[in-house]
Amino acid sequence: MIEVIAHIFIIAGIIFDLLGCIGMVRLPDVYNRLQASTKCVTLGTCSILFGVFVRYGFSAMGMSALVCIVFLLLTAPVAAHALVRAAHRSGFELDEITVCDDYKDDSDLRT
Amino acid sequence: MFFSGGRVLSLISTYWGFDPGMRSRILTFIIVMVFWFLITFSIDLQHAIVGLLLAFIVAMSGVGDMFAGKAGKWLSARRYWFFVLYVLIFLKEVAKANIDVAYRVLHPELPIRPGIVKVKTDIKSETGLTFLANSITLTPGTLSVDVDAENGIIYVHWIYVKDRNIEEASRLIAGRFEKVIKEVFG
Repeated sequence: MIEVIAHIFIIAGIIFDLLGCIGMVRLPDVYNRLQASTKCVTLGTCSILFGVFVRYGFSAMGMSALVCIVFLLLTAPVAAHALVRAAHRSGFELDEITVCDDYKDDSDLRT
Repeated sequence: MFFSGGRVLSLISTYWGFDPGMRSRILTFIIVMVFWFLITFSIDLQHAIVGLLLAFIVAMSGVGDMFAGKAGKWLSARRYWFFVLYVLIFLKEVAKANIDVAYRVLHPELPIRPGIVKVKTDIKSETGLTFLANSITLTPGTLSVDVDAENGIIYVHWIYVKDRNIEEASRLIAGRFEKVIKEVFG
């Protein structure tokens, strides 16, 4: 029974990781691609790690998986934030379907 | 007895009361030790000695001063309840975010309308702003680009811009978290 629950979590995680990869291919520019990859890959990987925890319980491996979930949830948004800010600063264009860019307008005002 | 239990306790409470630097170091030491024992998950002597050494080095290096600065507030029970509430809201929003992105990615016409909007917030503390920006990144269709801490403005890349107006956008994006984060980290 525990094995089945663990496998359900792991399979769901793999599906979300796959969706994130599809998003990386299909969406138009850096910013939208980061949206897909950050959200889906974070939850997908957390789900896989939780499956590992369910399978191995309170052992060295299971607890490492739980701790990894905490660190992943804390660090993934920071990495995405750093990437997207660097992309904007180095002048990557937003795709032409973009409707507004308040960040560019404001930084033009400042300089 | 020079090192009786009472003396050690009074020594700790003296530092706890008057020296914020030492206080945050003691806190860092405890947190690092807890994480060490969770990861190794064994309580034999070798692991304990290595863990104590490493935790001591990390605590004394002063890394913890960044986040454990206001250690006095760690003792308020109210904040922990709001933190639990925050985690629950956060998990719900993360699940919604993933279904939302999955829908947009798999839809044949890619229903996106991206743009960068401004979000206004009242939160002033650095930890609070960090948590708000992180929460925004992990919720449906939004990704924080930059934080202007002085004016309390977060620039957010939104995959489907519903409203460009700063008040309306703030309500839609940050409204879910702002009150709770203010209670916990404000």
